[in-house]
Amino acid sequence: MSRKSFRQAINEALRQEMRRDERVILMGEDIAGGKGGTSGVEEAWGGVLGVTKGLYTEFGPDRVLDTPITEASYIGAAAGAAATGLRPVAELMFVDFVGCCLDQIMNQAAKFRYMFGGKARTPLVIRAMYGAGFSAAAQHSQALYPIFTHIPGLKVVIPSSAYEAKGLLIEAIRDDDPVIFLENKLMYDEEEEVPDEPYTIPFGEANLTREGDDVTIVAFGRMVALANQAADLLQKQGISCTVIDPRTTSPLDTGTILDCVAETGRLVIVDESSPRCNMATDIAALVAEEGFDTLKAPIRRVTPPHTPVPFSTALEKHYMPDADKIAAAVRSVMAYAAKQEA
Amino acid sequence: MQISHDILLRSYRAMRTIRDFEERLHVEFATGEIPGFVHLYCGEEASAVGICAHLSETDTIASTHRGHGHCIAKGVAVEGMMAEIYGKKSGVCEGKGGSMHIADLSLGMLGANGIVGGGPPLICGAALSHKLLKDGGVAVAFYGDGASNEGTTLESLNLASVWSLPAVFVLEDNGYGEATASSYACAGSQRARAEGFGMPYVECDGTDFFAVHQAAAEAIGHARSGKGPVMMHVHLARWYGHFEGEAASYRRPEDVVRLRAEKDCLKNFREQVASTSMIEAAELDAIDKAVRAEIDQAVSKAKADPMPEAADLLENVYVSY
Repeated sequence: MSRKSFRQAINEALRQEMRRDERVILMGEDIAGGKGGTSGVEEAWGGVLGVTKGLYTEFGPDRVLDTPITEASYIGAAAGAAATGLRPVAELMFVDFVGCCLDQIMNQAAKFRYMFGGKARTPLVIRAMYGAGFSAAAQHSQALYPIFTHIPGLKVVIPSSAYEAKGLLIEAIRDDDPVIFLENKLMYDEEEEVPDEPYTIPFGEANLTREGDDVTIVAFGRMVALANQAADLLQKQGISCTVIDPRTTSPLDTGTILDCVAETGRLVIVDESSPRCNMATDIAALVAEEGFDTLKAPIRRVTPPHTPVPFSTALEKHYMPDADKIAAAVRSVMAYAAKQEA
Repeated sequence: MQISHDILLRSYRAMRTIRDFEERLHVEFATGEIPGFVHLYCGEEASAVGICAHLSETDTIASTHRGHGHCIAKGVAVEGMMAEIYGKKSGVCEGKGGSMHIADLSLGMLGANGIVGGGPPLICGAALSHKLLKDGGVAVAFYGDGASNEGTTLESLNLASVWSLPAVFVLEDNGYGEATASSYACAGSQRARAEGFGMPYVECDGTDFFAVHQAAAEAIGHARSGKGPVMMHVHLARWYGHFEGEAASYRRPEDVVRLRAEKDCLKNFREQVASTSMIEAAELDAIDKAVRAEIDQAVSKAKADPMPEAADLLENVYVSY
């Protein structure tokens, strides 16, 4: 056990799985970086933010494949390789680039197993970074996990910390279905204790990071830490919260969400993706349908507005959910209940 | 190149099977009993068969929406295919795929594909598997003149060259992408495209089995020897419309009459083997008879077989969930 960053945890998961199973290969744009350059340094970058640093040097050009900037061909190649005996981990860099290769994910990899009558296995992982807060503007900041969650045949993972990232990525690589693994780009330098040895965290099993009596908060990815901050703040004001990190949006641990809402009677969902048809909306529908009798107040969703992600830091700050917005939402559902009781 | 008697007979049988399969589907589709879309490969048989004659189960192919011929040439069971097209549980995909998604990965058949240009990227991946797993296999992408303009195809030509993959890009150019002629839709030349991506280019008359077989020997031999990808341009014509039920009003009816009279790969095959005494006509007649019976049996069985159950709807979305 030692302190590791989110970046180091992901790197370690890749390295350990590549050592364990030589069918695990990596491909992506500049995951080594430097091929053909005049310096002769073949691993100049190790990924655009250094997540795959050192893997080319250890595993060589057959297993760490730099690609041209052609997402459709290499994401499709990863799907084809997965269906024919390899276990590729393809890096899409920014998840926003899925617009260039969605067909290969949505119509090919995700559907092989069903379309082919259960005879295909596609052990593919697609890693990509997501999220606002970097002033990367509208084409490099989106949180597009609802798009993938919507597609039957895909599994979707959103780790909320370095510990979670390592265990969930190893699980993803060992999984026989196509998995979308989304990393919040603001989290790469966040550190915590992470075991040195490999371990897995199962999909579809939510983690409770706080347990309380008054309000259930469901949050995804980086929003989990913000929900925890809000819960700590609210605790001082006498409001106790349960915070659920579902870890995966597909499969989704609906049982834990419904159980917690049954105990607290109030629900706030924090989702960094655009509000229409996102996870907050999906979970609100779930609880409205299956947990209606347990609710003491309307469900509240904390999301960005229905706009592209803005560039200016001033605008981006307003765009993103934060601990204050989450706390305000929690207080509002508590106030509703108090009003009803009065 | 000398082709053995056995391979000649097997190839003729495969071509005849494709022809009868498709001609029968044309008839059966018109009765309304077959659901969905069906795209027939009639007239193009020598391409799939002449190429797949050089492949084994270790090799991989990816096909198109017009995929029945590639499936049969790669050895997919005819009964299972017919049942699939009828949407039956006994189909090779248990009725979940249909005509446009017939696949059998155990035979290296990575699927027909409902997306134009869907196959070439997948074939880059299959070729990468062959290369890294060192099984000696090659991967072959069949794609049409319509797909030749898709970004996925052009990206794949580039990627296969960059990675020096054992991949063969077989452009089946039947002159029309849906209703639009390739003379309108394809800029420049396909040869120049291949050369632009640094790969060899071979072309052949796709209605002549022997021409296809020889060109494929060269193309597949190149890829298999580790020299990188190659493009094979097969000139073809389809006898029916883009899909069954469309009137093909974009071309003159006499074009098809001429194709059937002058560009029939089965007639061509018979004439060529007769002139060299390689095979007795009686051997080919026997094959024709056997194939007719096989297709009759496949259609009867497909019609009689049970539909999938309601519970099957939820099966096989994932390996585990």
